[in-house]
Amino acid sequence: MPDAPGLELIRGEIEQDHPGAVLDTSFDREQPALMVDPAQILSVLSWLRDAPGQGYGFLSSLHVADYLPSRPRFGVHYELLNRERVERLRVKAMLEDPLPADRQLPEIDSCVDLFPTAEFQEREAYDFFGIVFRGHPDLTRILLPDDYVGWPLRRDFPVGGEPVTFTHNERRYG
Amino acid sequence: MAEARDVPSLSGQYGHSSDGTSGEATEVMTINIGPHHPATHGVLRLVVDLEGEVVRDLRPVVGYVHTGIEKSCEQHSYWKVIPFVERMDYVSYFFQMEAFCGAVERLVGLEIPPRARYLRTIFLELCRIHSHLVWLGTTALDLGAVSMLWYCFRERDRILDLFEMATGQRMHTRYFQVGGVIEDVPPGFETKAREFVAEMPVRVKQYQALLDRNEVFLSRTKGTGIVPRERLLELGVTGPLLRAAGEPWDLRKAFEYLAYPELDFKIPVGTVGDNYDRYRVRVAEMVESTRIVEQALDALPEGPHIADDRKYVLPPRSELSTSMESLIHHFKLVTEGYRVEPGELYYSIESPRGELGCFVLADGSSKPARVHFRDASFVNLQAFREMSVGGYVADMIASLGMLDPILGGVDR
Repeated sequence: MPDAPGLELIRGEIEQDHPGAVLDTSFDREQPALMVDPAQILSVLSWLRDAPGQGYGFLSSLHVADYLPSRPRFGVHYELLNRERVERLRVKAMLEDPLPADRQLPEIDSCVDLFPTAEFQEREAYDFFGIVFRGHPDLTRILLPDDYVGWPLRRDFPVGGEPVTFTHNERRYG
Repeated sequence: MAEARDVPSLSGQYGHSSDGTSGEATEVMTINIGPHHPATHGVLRLVVDLEGEVVRDLRPVVGYVHTGIEKSCEQHSYWKVIPFVERMDYVSYFFQMEAFCGAVERLVGLEIPPRARYLRTIFLELCRIHSHLVWLGTTALDLGAVSMLWYCFRERDRILDLFEMATGQRMHTRYFQVGGVIEDVPPGFETKAREFVAEMPVRVKQYQALLDRNEVFLSRTKGTGIVPRERLLELGVTGPLLRAAGEPWDLRKAFEYLAYPELDFKIPVGTVGDNYDRYRVRVAEMVESTRIVEQALDALPEGPHIADDRKYVLPPRSELSTSMESLIHHFKLVTEGYRVEPGELYYSIESPRGELGCFVLADGSSKPARVHFRDASFVNLQAFREMSVGGYVADMIASLGMLDPILGGVDR
């Protein structure tokens, strides 16, 4: 793992090529993480993948966490792995939740072109959190039915609100 | 070296014109396989474009057993989450427990005692053999070797007997706890486990005798479902599928966790990356796992089986009637559970299907704010299209078996 000074070195090098891309770094419980400006996520990911001496070429996992009530609300996590040096690095892009009046979903660029493995995982993130990945080839629901309404893994989505269709209440719920 | 098979062009068949140049000459038919089909190993639906017998396109449709486990985990205190996560990938349940418990232990900074590390390693490897046996039996069944199912499930039953002896349950044991394991193994477990690991390599040889020179099995697996190693890495494929393509990547060696750094074992790799290599790699892994179990039994240290931190670990039952403090700890742990300082952590282990990662976000309460599992079956399924397109529909069934997806893990 890059330690805390190593993380600052990476930050400094990214700063030279992409000024303002890295907002913050954290080194918590032996886990290094870069907080990245969502608008520049693709340039940071491709830099980490392709720049000489980096080689974070394997995307282990892409997942989303809802940090309600803090803001910005959504965190898109990219767990990168350097298989030569056996180092993990988390890249985190925090997305603001648009106001309900705007009727919009939070958006970020899709990294499917950089990491084809993200295709299912971005669909899963869209399915559960309603995060739109711009440029994804087929951004549809993957685990939930296509006609499902709502983003169930958001923290403000209630549990137990789903009516269960038994034969005795079938008519009521269709 | 096996080469990818030459698939004949089907233009000109089915009574159309035989020049093969016009688009009318081919007839593409879209058919639906599953979700309830014995060859899909669960409720996987495949929408397949067929041109005669040849697969031209394929789309897996998942989600039929989605039960919202990740959402349910957010509603329960940390120690009540363990039975939930076990039911994701219902064939390799010990691995889900280890991923979750390991993540929480690292979040709270809890060191587990050496005996617990070894006991966990033993059970993980027994579970790996169990998972591979289920895979081998069902996949060989798909390929026409019906008797393999009975042989594999005979040995699987002996592993389940071992699980039952130590934990009281045959499946979904809830044996791993945050801090160690719930109970020490009973007297007699070691003898039975040693008998099993002594016998298992012999059994594996018997499986190989049944399959390795079986004409039908060979012709259906050799040279089918090849995806290049670089493409597998791009698609995020891990586990035996990646190793069969010649990439010796195993998290047990790469990241030091549990007792693996102290044990001697090899990583089997393939050369071509076809379905036959996938079979060989998994069968060799079973033998390596028996070696790990044997060494771990030899080196099993004495001592406590669970950490002695009363803030996170239930006190022994005997103390409850004598110690007020223990009773208070017991009450706090059972009613509210322990609180975890805010933080987030990703912990990954090598499951029988590849990298199994668990992401836990703690918000300071006694319930996790987010539990996410990076399930290997889910990610590996993306490679299935490239394994099958351009081959026969029968090879697609063979590739699906060798992919070994567990739909409970895919859908969560």
